[in-house]
Amino acid sequence: MLFSMLVPVMAGPFEDAVAKFANDDYSDSEDAVGAIATSGNPLAFSIISALQDGRLMADPDAKKIYVTQPDGKSIDALTGAAVASVPDSAAAVRLNNHLRRAVEAALGGLTLSSPDPEKRILAAQSVYKGHDEAMLPLIDGALQKETNKSAKQALTEARAAILLFKDDATEQQKLEAIATIKARGDQEALAMLTDVPADAPPAVAHAATAAVSAIQQRLALWSVVQNAWYGLSLGSVLLLAAIGLAITFGVMGVINMAHGEMVMIGAYVTFVVQQTIRSHFPGLFDYSLVFAVPLAFIVAGAIGVVIERTIIRFLYGRPLETLLATWGLSLVLQQAVRTMFGPTNQEVANPSWMSGAFQLGQISITYNRLWILCFTMAVFAILLAMLRYTALGLEMRAVTQNRRMAASMGIATSRVDALTFGLGSGIAGIAGVALSQIDNVSPNLGQSYIIDSFMVVVFGGVGNLWGTLVGAFTLGIANKFLEPVAGAVLGKIAILVLIILFIQKRPRGLFALKGRAVEA
Amino acid sequence: MLTQSTHDIATSHSRRRWLAAAAGLVLGLSGFTSARADDDTIKVGVLHSLSGTMAISETTLKDTVLFMIDEQNKKGGVLGKKLEAVVVDPASNWPLFAEKARELITKDKVSVVFGCWTSVSRKSVLPVFKELNSILFYPVQYEGEESERNVFYTGAAPNQQAIPAVDYLMKEEKVKRWVLAGTDYVYPRTTNKILEAYLKSKGVAQEDIMINYTPFGHSDWQTIVADIKKFGSAGKKTAVVSTINGDANVPFYKELGNQGIKATDIPVVAFSVGEEELAGIDTKPLLGHLAAWNYFESIKTPANEKFIKEWQAYTKNPKRTTNDPMEATYIGFNMWVKAVEKAKSVDADKVIDALPGTKTPNLTGGVAEVLPNHHITKPVFIGEIKGNGQFDVVWKTPGLVAGDAWSKELPDSKDLVGDWVGKKCGNYSTKTNKCGGQGS
Repeated sequence: MLFSMLVPVMAGPFEDAVAKFANDDYSDSEDAVGAIATSGNPLAFSIISALQDGRLMADPDAKKIYVTQPDGKSIDALTGAAVASVPDSAAAVRLNNHLRRAVEAALGGLTLSSPDPEKRILAAQSVYKGHDEAMLPLIDGALQKETNKSAKQALTEARAAILLFKDDATEQQKLEAIATIKARGDQEALAMLTDVPADAPPAVAHAATAAVSAIQQRLALWSVVQNAWYGLSLGSVLLLAAIGLAITFGVMGVINMAHGEMVMIGAYVTFVVQQTIRSHFPGLFDYSLVFAVPLAFIVAGAIGVVIERTIIRFLYGRPLETLLATWGLSLVLQQAVRTMFGPTNQEVANPSWMSGAFQLGQISITYNRLWILCFTMAVFAILLAMLRYTALGLEMRAVTQNRRMAASMGIATSRVDALTFGLGSGIAGIAGVALSQIDNVSPNLGQSYIIDSFMVVVFGGVGNLWGTLVGAFTLGIANKFLEPVAGAVLGKIAILVLIILFIQKRPRGLFALKGRAVEA
Repeated sequence: MLTQSTHDIATSHSRRRWLAAAAGLVLGLSGFTSARADDDTIKVGVLHSLSGTMAISETTLKDTVLFMIDEQNKKGGVLGKKLEAVVVDPASNWPLFAEKARELITKDKVSVVFGCWTSVSRKSVLPVFKELNSILFYPVQYEGEESERNVFYTGAAPNQQAIPAVDYLMKEEKVKRWVLAGTDYVYPRTTNKILEAYLKSKGVAQEDIMINYTPFGHSDWQTIVADIKKFGSAGKKTAVVSTINGDANVPFYKELGNQGIKATDIPVVAFSVGEEELAGIDTKPLLGHLAAWNYFESIKTPANEKFIKEWQAYTKNPKRTTNDPMEATYIGFNMWVKAVEKAKSVDADKVIDALPGTKTPNLTGGVAEVLPNHHITKPVFIGEIKGNGQFDVVWKTPGLVAGDAWSKELPDSKDLVGDWVGKKCGNYSTKTNKCGGQGS
């Protein structure tokens, strides 16, 4: 009697399956997932989702499996009984891609009746991808109960996908399935329809081919929209990187090779801010960029003022020396950062509102690019307003247009020079905050933007902020329309050649300044 | 200027004091072995970029050599003499590599050089090593198609990394459609040429292979990632084989994560992404993407655990990662020490003759042996990226793979062998039975 009370846990397919996780073997784990998913055991969902999240712990010596719940408490995977703590010898059950797919498919079946419509939609989508015949009764059952409109749509599509590949489905069912999938119209639908076997009944095969070409046509149209969006997004990055240079080089006429390093310093400020927030105020992490923007402006701006006071002001009117001095300075700044932070990339994470993408028609728009576009436009507008409406802006314009006249009107020109250079550097610092979200944060960050920035400013017309704006977007869009045709390498070369030709024709860029200002 | 000062510290007494302060500030050379002017030392040259684009990868290898020298000196050095490092900085500037190599060999009289990362830097120093007859240990995976008398290749040849990785995808992931994406220079171009020939020999059609090159440091991956997505939606299982190098990887992986390409849909297997590169990214969206290497930090062997512990103690950084080129440096260094002890001399000719056949344990439980073609035997591992920036080994070759200097997949090189023991030739053609095929 006592014996039989100890042993019974070992019996039954569910128990056998759970025990397999302790073997640390991918195919054993896969078998276990399949068996558990169909066992109907109430613990099935929590075990499989724990496996997916790396919370399923296996103790290889004791052959015991534990589930660590999302709240940190642990239970025994066999009985569901709470355990005080998972032993140290237990390690998370490992996954490979094959196993991950099996887990996703199994979870799809298990969450079809979840109370959360979002989860039901995700479940239906994973069934759509796997189009496993065994799921059909489950889908049919779920469809009858479903009240949410988009969940119903997802379920119908999943059902269509299954029917399309089911051998004994009628021709009529298959044709309807093709129509449903065609209406979806995206790349996944395309993938599914091109998969229809060639030996299908002629009517079905024909309908599938027709649907494929219809979808392809629509996608070709969308790809133009997509290129335009990518162009805007690249243009905004170029503009952001160049906008500070448009002040230091464009307005002041300083050939500032250290501009890229100001961008880099801005990115490192972001890194330091994130590190501080991570260790002291983890709850504020999503706002890290909000703190980083003003700080980067102040730090880069202050360094800019120091550079102007100590180096640049002795070199006004001597472009060659300025070029050499600022280039040397850029090397010094890079090496200084390399010494302080090390040569390797630093991790700057995206806050949650800058991660992921959303679907607009058939193109996916990533949040980080969208925010950078908005941010660039805001910085541009603020800068324009500053130059136009503030006293400092007025003084800056006065000094750059006619230094001696401005001085004789009582403007402290050397103070204005320092502030202008500081402003340009500060804006480069702000650009660094945004660029840290899409690029490496390493000492070399600035180098990759300096050439592009000069290109934009010269192309747009030196001394004209609007020219920089138009120049950046023109180059961005041209680049992105050339890239699919010519490839990234040739595309970039083609752009450079076009700019050289353009500068031959119009040496002063798109929007040349006219009149006396040119001489200044 | 900067490069010059590094060099002076290592060799001369007089200017050392005032330069050290400045250079320590600017260059941050950690763990410098003290310079000695006497002849009781054996000099070891370190030719890795400490500034410029490649500093990100090469600085670690410089530290590794210094670490190995330090360890060896604790054991009493080699042939009763202490080892002394001579560090120079070729500054990621390829012609400067040749200049610095010449300086190391003629001026500093080093016995051996550990150095180079990119293939172009190796190609630039080759003539110098040939002319002055010295030894170079090259620790990075490369495109093959080379076997030189003065060079020992301790990194992987294509058949020790690229081909096994493709085999894994074909067998385990049932991949039918292939994107070969790389940075536009010699290593990705040659590797992709070999892979394309290999895939076609396995019956993959031309339209199922997409080849894409991007410039160094490419940062706008939107179009290419969208293209990969499109290519992957043709109804066949698709994978990306990435030879994208260095800095361009971070924005590439970020874009993959943002556009929602998961490893379960389109896995990416990378040949140039290791623990060091992942340190700059949040790896959670990259879970399950792959890398093929001959070493991973996560491999649990007593030798590896000891190495990691001592390395972290040496660098005084408990989080410092290790990677594959570091293991290759470790193997190369130990090989050289063994060969010198066997030859009882640091003379280049004697050591070169002593090296083939030398065996030394690697960090993953196997044995590395120098082959007659100056490549070594290595195991191949496929690892999946984990959430903590490390790799989880999901597959390994059953035994050690011998490095091929000349690829068997390319028509130009399939009849060539490198044999510096019997034939005394790096490109012996088995077809014409003559030395001097392609690439001489």
